[in-house]
Amino acid sequence: MTETLLPADAYLVDVLPEVWFAAVMFALAMYVVLDGFDFGIGMLYATREDEHEKETLLTAFGPIWDANEVWIVAFGTMLLAAFPRVYSRVLADHYLLAIGFVLALLFRGLGPEMREQRDDERWQRYWEYSFVGGSVLAPLLFGTLAGRWVFDVPTLSLPALMTGGVLVAVSVVTGTAFVTAKSEPPLASDLRTYGIAATLAYLGGVVVLLATVVRTDAGGAADTILSLPAGAIVLLSVIAGIGGIVLVRRGRYRAWLVSALALPALLSLLVALLLYPTIYPPTGLTVREAVVSPLALNLVTVLGFPALLLVLWYFKFLYGVFSGPIEGSGYET
Amino acid sequence: MFLTALSGALIPGWALQLSPEVASRAQFGWTISVHIIFAALSVGLAPFIVYFTWKDVRTDVERFTRLRSFWVKVFAVGFVMGTVTGIPMSFQFGTNFPQFAEVAGELIGGPLAFEAKMAFFLEAVFLGVLLFGRERVSDRTYVLSSVLVGVGAWLSAFWILIVNAWMQTPRGYEMVTRNGMEVAKLTDPIAAFFTPRMPWMYLHMVNASVISVSLLVAGVSAYIVWKKHDAMAWNAALRLAVLILLVTAPLQAIHGDAYGRHVADTQPQKFAAMEAHYETGTADLHLLAFPKSVDAITDPRAENLFTVSLPGVGSFLASGGDFDAEVLGLNEYDESPPVAFVFWSFRFMVGLGFLFIGLALWGGYLIYRGRLSESDRYLKAMIAASPLGYTALLTGWYVTEIGRQPWVIQGELATSEAVSTTLNGTEATLTLVGFVVVYLGLILVALHILRWFVEDELRELGVEVPSDDRWYGPVPKVSDDD
Repeated sequence: MTETLLPADAYLVDVLPEVWFAAVMFALAMYVVLDGFDFGIGMLYATREDEHEKETLLTAFGPIWDANEVWIVAFGTMLLAAFPRVYSRVLADHYLLAIGFVLALLFRGLGPEMREQRDDERWQRYWEYSFVGGSVLAPLLFGTLAGRWVFDVPTLSLPALMTGGVLVAVSVVTGTAFVTAKSEPPLASDLRTYGIAATLAYLGGVVVLLATVVRTDAGGAADTILSLPAGAIVLLSVIAGIGGIVLVRRGRYRAWLVSALALPALLSLLVALLLYPTIYPPTGLTVREAVVSPLALNLVTVLGFPALLLVLWYFKFLYGVFSGPIEGSGYET
Repeated sequence: MFLTALSGALIPGWALQLSPEVASRAQFGWTISVHIIFAALSVGLAPFIVYFTWKDVRTDVERFTRLRSFWVKVFAVGFVMGTVTGIPMSFQFGTNFPQFAEVAGELIGGPLAFEAKMAFFLEAVFLGVLLFGRERVSDRTYVLSSVLVGVGAWLSAFWILIVNAWMQTPRGYEMVTRNGMEVAKLTDPIAAFFTPRMPWMYLHMVNASVISVSLLVAGVSAYIVWKKHDAMAWNAALRLAVLILLVTAPLQAIHGDAYGRHVADTQPQKFAAMEAHYETGTADLHLLAFPKSVDAITDPRAENLFTVSLPGVGSFLASGGDFDAEVLGLNEYDESPPVAFVFWSFRFMVGLGFLFIGLALWGGYLIYRGRLSESDRYLKAMIAASPLGYTALLTGWYVTEIGRQPWVIQGELATSEAVSTTLNGTEATLTLVGFVVVYLGLILVALHILRWFVEDELRELGVEVPSDDRWYGPVPKVSDDD
């Protein structure tokens, strides 16, 4: 892996910086999609009183939430590996939001695991608060951070807070779709109302958010939002959202899941579009300016991309093992 | 101190809050101290889990089912705690030490990303299968899952220590100016990733994790055996843990000695701090050291200590055989690490290391005599020793990390230059207090849960345990319709 094997003065392919920008954004999308439905399940949990229904929700995400969450670490470390300036500035400039987010993630993660450790009403209730609270706060704070990053606005501003809000809403959509696709009628039909409401809230939120950004030209993003690709993404989101509502009304829950998962994926694509080529607006740095030197990027490409493919294969395996309807309490070891 | 800090954080203008640098260092030190406990639990417990799972699936003997089930539960709790404490840490490079992340990003970003992609995912995905998939996958896949979880844990340590070893003995880079800042540019990946420090650190750390967990397994087993002498599964677990200690505890001392010599070669300042060696010249080895006064604790100079020392042995160890070899003293440097921290931590670590060898040999003798589970004195000693492996591991880590100060990248970037320039004291202090409170809570919760697991096990074995399974926390508000 020395200079004789890997070029030190040129990228393996000329577009490698752009490829890495795409890879980092892909990790972000995986995180928003996969942990998103975990957050959604956490929020839906607050609406359940029945012990069996609570267990069903926990069983739905018990075996997979941990693996889903690793995508945030993958995103962070890939950003550090390819664009260290962006990683350090984004986190340093959004200090309290970033710390708040990781602490919310901590409480979200511990909640269900700790709850299962003791059959004691008070113990369980506190960990339920931790689970639900973390599930609401984590996407809210992460979205707000993303809003600040993309639109270069203060935390307490409409674009930042609305970005947090739409991430919460889209998490409820995917959480509902995931559980509904894996559960039986009373729970499924009860939950889908939340899914429909959240879809409408999400679509409405995105439109208001984008309108606000265009009106104020926050972060100079107005032109990008009014461009054809952004328009196409918004249109596809509306189709996926409305189509999802039609599907769920017809009881086609698996198809709904696909269209629901498309929403956070499209949202991430929109973020990528807004961040290209200026990857961190406050510094004005472009992808090309912020990327590491050729040898370092070539190395992480050669070692990292096969690893990424392997990870995707693990996920296919994991979701395969735990596919199908949820059975039992699922927490036996 | 924390109350002062909190008041400063809550009432800006009181100016009682800590500086961003002090608060950031305390925060990182504290979070890594807690995280490392759970990370080492994963590394050290993984071989036990693989063994118990394999024996359980292959033989279907009840005692292995019991041991697998118990320790997989412990592993799962430890893994969750490790994940939730590790994610904040992975972001602290950016939030608190962005200058470090930016300067070193090209060197450390790759290994950290590989850790996530090659190790962390592996562990998280297959732990899901190990915990929930017993009925859903074949026996073979189930055992393989336990192996992959273990491989994930050991690979995780590998990539993380590549980063840390580079910070101790950096190479394979040159400093260049990029976007108006001096940053390290990778020039030779093999030199950068496989620094001379890397193999020393990896063996020492992985072995320390195995020792710590073996002491924990031995302690828990000894407690259960002490309560019920004919608990077959736990007799077997105790024996296994003692046998592992018989190999790993002496290995750590032999390896540690050679590692010390390597530190003397590559980080003489750290070596001098470990022995509180101020004046350049022949160095003694202080086998035992007691402070004569309060001052001597914070400034451990030889004249302020009662010491039992071997003259010239410090030189002998540093040079690999010469009693008169000259060892550089701390006075040679403009800035020293906090010597007291390093000196006393090192003594704790080494002292405990020898205690573990003693415990292992004693246990080995009892196994030879066939009386391991009958010696109440030994059982009690092992119960008392169960947290000490972690004490040694943490103090060893302090020697490594505090001993490197004032550098974050040895000889290249000072810690004070690595701290965020946009961070203010209020934010830094507030989050420090937050992390202290939350992580302290996590440790208490983890200990509570371990106690419950042990009590449940005792109940299963028919031992009377006081029915103390209620959680005496404050009563949450319960609405009428609950």
